[in-house]
Amino acid sequence: MSESNALHPERVAMTLVLNGHSVSVEVDPRETLFDTLRERLRATGTKGACLGGECGSCTILLDGEPVTACLVMALQADGRAVDTVEGLAEGEQLSALQAAFVQAGAVQCGYCTPGLLVAATALLRKNPKPTEQDVRRGLAGNLCRCTGYGKIIEAVLNASQQGDAQGTQKSALRGKR
Amino acid sequence: MKIIEAHKSPSHDAAHTHVQGLSEFIDDRPAVAGELHVGVVYSPHPHARIVGIDPTDALAIADVVAVFTARDVHHNLWGPIFQDQPLVADTVVSFVGEVVALVAAETREAMEQARRAVRVSYEVLPAILSIPEAIAAQSFLGYERFIRRGDVDAAIAAAPHKRDGVVYIQGQDHFYLESHAAIAYPRDGGQIEVHASSQHPTEVQHIVAHGLGLRALDVVCVVKRMGGGFGGKESQAALFAFYASLVAHKLNRPARCVITKDDDMIMTGKRNPFEIHYRVGFDSDGALCGLDARLFSDGGAFADLSTSIMERAMLHSDNAYFLPAASIVGKVCKTHVHPHTAFRGFGGPKGVAMIEAILEDIAHSLEKDPLDVRKRNVYSAPDRNVTHYGQPLENLLLPELFDSLESRCDYRARRASVREHNAKGTSTLRGLSLTAVKFGISFTTRFLNQGNALVNVHQDGTVQVSTGATEMGQGVNTRIAQVVAEVLGIAHTDVRVMTTSTEKNHNTSPTAASSGTDLNAKAALDAVTRIRDRLSLVARGVLALPEDRRPSRTAGLGTQPELAVPEGARDEDIIFADGEAYDRLDSSKRIAFGALCREAYLSRVQLGDYGFFKIPGIHFDKLTGQGSPFFYFTQGTACSEIEIDRYTGELKVLRVDLLMDLGRPINHGLDVGQVIGAFVQGMGWCTSENLVYDDKGLLLSHSPSTYKIPSVQDTPRDFRIELIENHDNLQNVRGTKAVGEPPLLLGLSVWTAVRDALYALAPVEHTLPATLPMTLERILLTLDALRLQGLAR
Repeated sequence: MSESNALHPERVAMTLVLNGHSVSVEVDPRETLFDTLRERLRATGTKGACLGGECGSCTILLDGEPVTACLVMALQADGRAVDTVEGLAEGEQLSALQAAFVQAGAVQCGYCTPGLLVAATALLRKNPKPTEQDVRRGLAGNLCRCTGYGKIIEAVLNASQQGDAQGTQKSALRGKR
Repeated sequence: MKIIEAHKSPSHDAAHTHVQGLSEFIDDRPAVAGELHVGVVYSPHPHARIVGIDPTDALAIADVVAVFTARDVHHNLWGPIFQDQPLVADTVVSFVGEVVALVAAETREAMEQARRAVRVSYEVLPAILSIPEAIAAQSFLGYERFIRRGDVDAAIAAAPHKRDGVVYIQGQDHFYLESHAAIAYPRDGGQIEVHASSQHPTEVQHIVAHGLGLRALDVVCVVKRMGGGFGGKESQAALFAFYASLVAHKLNRPARCVITKDDDMIMTGKRNPFEIHYRVGFDSDGALCGLDARLFSDGGAFADLSTSIMERAMLHSDNAYFLPAASIVGKVCKTHVHPHTAFRGFGGPKGVAMIEAILEDIAHSLEKDPLDVRKRNVYSAPDRNVTHYGQPLENLLLPELFDSLESRCDYRARRASVREHNAKGTSTLRGLSLTAVKFGISFTTRFLNQGNALVNVHQDGTVQVSTGATEMGQGVNTRIAQVVAEVLGIAHTDVRVMTTSTEKNHNTSPTAASSGTDLNAKAALDAVTRIRDRLSLVARGVLALPEDRRPSRTAGLGTQPELAVPEGARDEDIIFADGEAYDRLDSSKRIAFGALCREAYLSRVQLGDYGFFKIPGIHFDKLTGQGSPFFYFTQGTACSEIEIDRYTGELKVLRVDLLMDLGRPINHGLDVGQVIGAFVQGMGWCTSENLVYDDKGLLLSHSPSTYKIPSVQDTPRDFRIELIENHDNLQNVRGTKAVGEPPLLLGLSVWTAVRDALYALAPVEHTLPATLPMTLERILLTLDALRLQGLAR
């Protein structure tokens, strides 16, 4: 790397709580949280497609609120809690929502799945018993090109019926098939 | 018609890793030491001569390693049918987005800077940017193709009614969420291992080899999975795999080429736009007498797959309807836009859109219910069941599919209430339309209809299968695993379908034309059946021995004679079920499948095998336009009810009923998933997905902020899908039928329903423009035009 100047500023140390674990990382002040997660922290579960905040593929939780990581600067997450798809399961034990996605057949290519699961987790935490319209509204920012959404809606409603209000209840379904 | 009851079927084999974010896509692969980022420099002009390329400024940027141009390519022309497209433009650029140079840099940031710093000077040339311009300039790709039956001029002349018109059909971006991506690793002695997001690893292997001056044995293409394909990664993925491979080869360093969504949309071709000029003759019942259609497609700058796409459009210009006389002529226009390519349905949806629109127009002109006109024209035995290209329709279910859906969805009562609603003159208009699909299964190019499979059975009784099929979400691997597991009587979770690679499966066809399961599961079935047969003889031999004489106890000592297993024989009394092999005549004689495999290995019995399959009995003469190109047809009907706002053009899909014949599904859940996904994708093409170009051929709608694929808010509020029982498709693997593409064509029922709603405002002598998609804007403009002309009732 060339020496520090306005175009190549020095890296800045920051700390975030990633999926419950405190993590320190040095970032370029110009980089997005999306790049920090994938490039520096190797948390590649979060996917990128449009990188313009339109497709929802990179949805994560920042202090519990769903945001698109491509529109958040890394340093905005300093000292805050970041939850990604990797944090939804407990070890190999899937969350009820993840299990519902598997069981309903709500995944096809899998590329939009992490963002959708994070968005749906946020939805269920706020609204444990959503109607179909609530689910549609809650997931309106997440595009999927494969499924036509039918089984995704079904999966979220199924999970809600299992009382996954806090996203803490774990399914008996193991992470490996 | 009996409906298959929904039942639990195995989940997608990657579902568990997908939901944990653990499934690896290309750009998730960890960077290895020395890896470079590859960036593309592309043309901003639709047509221009390259005057010069100056890399000086780019190379001066820190961390930029190299800039490559056409001069670095060994054999620069490629193409899936004709070799007419440069991998890197040499003297002329022919579309906005055509690659003129590649940059390689240590960091992504330096790569992005370098892309903008390569100075390319151009002399701009005149460009052809539309079908009419191409026709005027006589600019075409390939030669004119035709399919003819009878004397169409005489048939139309003698018909009591005649019409003519033009159908305008726009393209569609694939919008796979994972844009094009590839990583290439240099291996010993100049070999290349390239990991690509491609539907066609064999083609990638070939193009990388040609482009670098290597032989096929020097290149391995690996495809783990794609984040969506839909045809967009059938041919075009090879370009990006080549770019990564060129850098890896020239610099002997790993190279990663990952394209942004905006660049992907600007650079790569889409579903071909079509413009169809037709004349049609029909009688007072609306029965077709003759159809004379001239199909023009926009092929873009290079041939890609456009000639085959045109062929499929011509072969589907009948859809579900008998054409007593027909002349279907197809020409692919050469323009200066990105080379258009395969998209789910290939040409099929364009031919079908035409005939469905024509029938809708005929019904309006005769003041008949469009369903009655469709039913009057549907193929039927015994004398209206041969297609215009001469293929007899066997196992024809279309008339029943129409009748059955008509009653299941309560069509007549709903037609009455739609009419009533529209007569009330509220702020909304409703439309109802019931359309069909008859989709021919097989590649129309015969040699593509082959597949091979490698099956490895291990000593613990678990199985690895490798085929040429690529997984893009459709679940082909799950279905193959199920088919193999069923033969061995083991759980599908004891079978894993492995990463697709050209070193395990050679000369494979693209995973396309809905054929992935048909070709590859059948090849796997060929291999595993031979393994099962050998194991039946091992089981017979082992079960006859006392426990302590079995090979597992004695093979190390060599005290017992080896079991004799003659090749090609089978003991049919040995049954494989529930993870065991047992004697049908004495079920106390049983052995666990894993233990049996161990005994087989110790007896030196081959536990792996290679399978091959080619579709029998298909032929199509492309020069005469006659033959039986299809192994069978997937059939279905759909009824859509929509509502549009008279003052805003806003469209809501209120209810969709869909009835399909998928034979005996291997995996009901995956099949229904394909049906919903394809229908919604088709609906998007017909309604909201709008490709807007500027007058220089640059795609302006190159991100999801301007290009609207259906969101979760756009899908039908009430969506009912049923599959009918059909046990007669026995020629295909397990009696199943291909599902990937056909339901997309049923999305056209939303388009015809919109036209049905608009027709409620038009007098009988008025014909609506047949333009696809009907975006909200176009609906509103059509409504305004009807009002302005004082036509609105």
